[in-house]
Amino acid sequence: MIRNAFFVAALAALPAIAAAQGGNPTLGRDLAAGCTHCHGTNGVSAGVTESLAGRPQGQIVSTLKHFREGTKPATIMHQISKGYTDEQIAAIAAFFAAQPPAGK
Amino acid sequence: MTRSINRRDFIKFVGAGAAATLAGCATEPGAPSGQAGRVVVIGGGFGGATAAKYIRMWSGGAIPVVLIEREQKFVSCPLSNLVLAGSRSIEQNTVGYEKLRSHGVTVLHGEVAAVDPQKQIVRFKEQYADLPYDRLVIAPGIDFMYEELPGLNNADAQKQVLHAWKAGEQTVALRKQLEAMPDGGVFVFSFPKMPYRCPPGPYERVCQVADYFKRAKPRSKVLVLDANPDIVSKKGLFLAAWNDLYKGIIEYRPNQEAKDVDVRGMTVKTEFDSFKGNVLNVVPPQKAGAIAAAAGVVTANNRWCEVNWLTMESVKVPKIHVIGDATQSAPLMPKSGTMANQHAKIAASAIVAMMTGTPVNQTPVINNTCYSYTSATEAMHVTSIHAWDPAQKTLVTVKGSGGVSPARSTLEKQFADGWAINIWSDSLG
Repeated sequence: MIRNAFFVAALAALPAIAAAQGGNPTLGRDLAAGCTHCHGTNGVSAGVTESLAGRPQGQIVSTLKHFREGTKPATIMHQISKGYTDEQIAAIAAFFAAQPPAGK
Repeated sequence: MTRSINRRDFIKFVGAGAAATLAGCATEPGAPSGQAGRVVVIGGGFGGATAAKYIRMWSGGAIPVVLIEREQKFVSCPLSNLVLAGSRSIEQNTVGYEKLRSHGVTVLHGEVAAVDPQKQIVRFKEQYADLPYDRLVIAPGIDFMYEELPGLNNADAQKQVLHAWKAGEQTVALRKQLEAMPDGGVFVFSFPKMPYRCPPGPYERVCQVADYFKRAKPRSKVLVLDANPDIVSKKGLFLAAWNDLYKGIIEYRPNQEAKDVDVRGMTVKTEFDSFKGNVLNVVPPQKAGAIAAAAGVVTANNRWCEVNWLTMESVKVPKIHVIGDATQSAPLMPKSGTMANQHAKIAASAIVAMMTGTPVNQTPVINNTCYSYTSATEAMHVTSIHAWDPAQKTLVTVKGSGGVSPARSTLEKQFADGWAINIWSDSLG
């Protein structure tokens, strides 16, 4: 049942992913793969850092924008988030939001 | 019982679709008819392992991948300086290839003798038959240019004066030399001009050996012979660590490029000076691992491999992709484990797209994150973001992004540990 619910949620997220990627079907996936050497494959952390898989898209976007604007304290994310445009951040967030969370 | 569609079935379904597309492309020259086509990856480090895993993952298991690696296990260069200090064991930095196999990667432990780019075949030194490929990923790391240091240009000398710049046996052996060194001894550490593997690595090694001396051999010295005119990475942060934590232990000499090594006399010779030590650690100049030259993909200064940064394909030899330290770096891009992991994902995305007849991503963005441990308890970072620039046709750093830590800290040591756990898992897990 949980899997089923996830699948429906993932399907519902598909149009959002497509919209955020500007017609490039792998853009979000490829950009998000730039985060996973610290946050784990598909956003499932292997330890220490936060898992991003299954987090709501809006929450990931707003966190990254706060990092970028310097309104959320960071050691490194304020510097990394400045390397990405709004569109790229939306695509990254959509990808992670659609991933099954850790342990699922 | 009714089964609901789960994620695995969904991937299987997508995988089947991809296989059908591939069969349709089988008229492409070199592709075995009716099959998906095969990718062969040479080298199972941060780059090669990641490429193998991500091609399997992103093709939904439709593309067969064979990974060829000499060593039975992966030993991480990042965090290996902590083994020299005695604050980590080499086993803690070692990862097996079992999990890569669980992604459907065929891992062969052997050594490649040659690549035939015309016939698209990889030849082994022994053990395995010739292996045909549709696309080849070469991730050979670095080899050392011992010819630049005549006294070290033989196997016996290389057993006595170590580089420990490829982690494993050499790391453990150098640790033993440091342990055997008397208190009051001098550790002479020489490293080459840029570009070399891991720009901040030598300065981290200085910290880690000094940390060991401070605890165990407080009258000993670290004599740093830097071939470069100045500290090339995180300069202010390293100088602060050396002054705050290791004052009186470290002596730093810039512009001291090693020209030769007298192994019997335990001396490193530079243009005008000689430096005698109790333990010598000489990291020679570097070039792409030998198989890159054998495959004909070395194109820059007889050392490095130029690539198309949208696909990581060699600028010279079609269907061969080169990733990691062996590449002629894009502007301001370091040779690092993180970059190799990121190169691998550009290559994986492009290879899956080309083999399934879908468009190649034209706007890749990758980033570098390198932590340096200044002691057993503190670390600091440098980060940079590299995006495709269509005008310059290369990856360039994004203006206003990236940077270094304001100061070393215990918090960043935790994140450095987290980086290690996650990149090992992302590459090999």
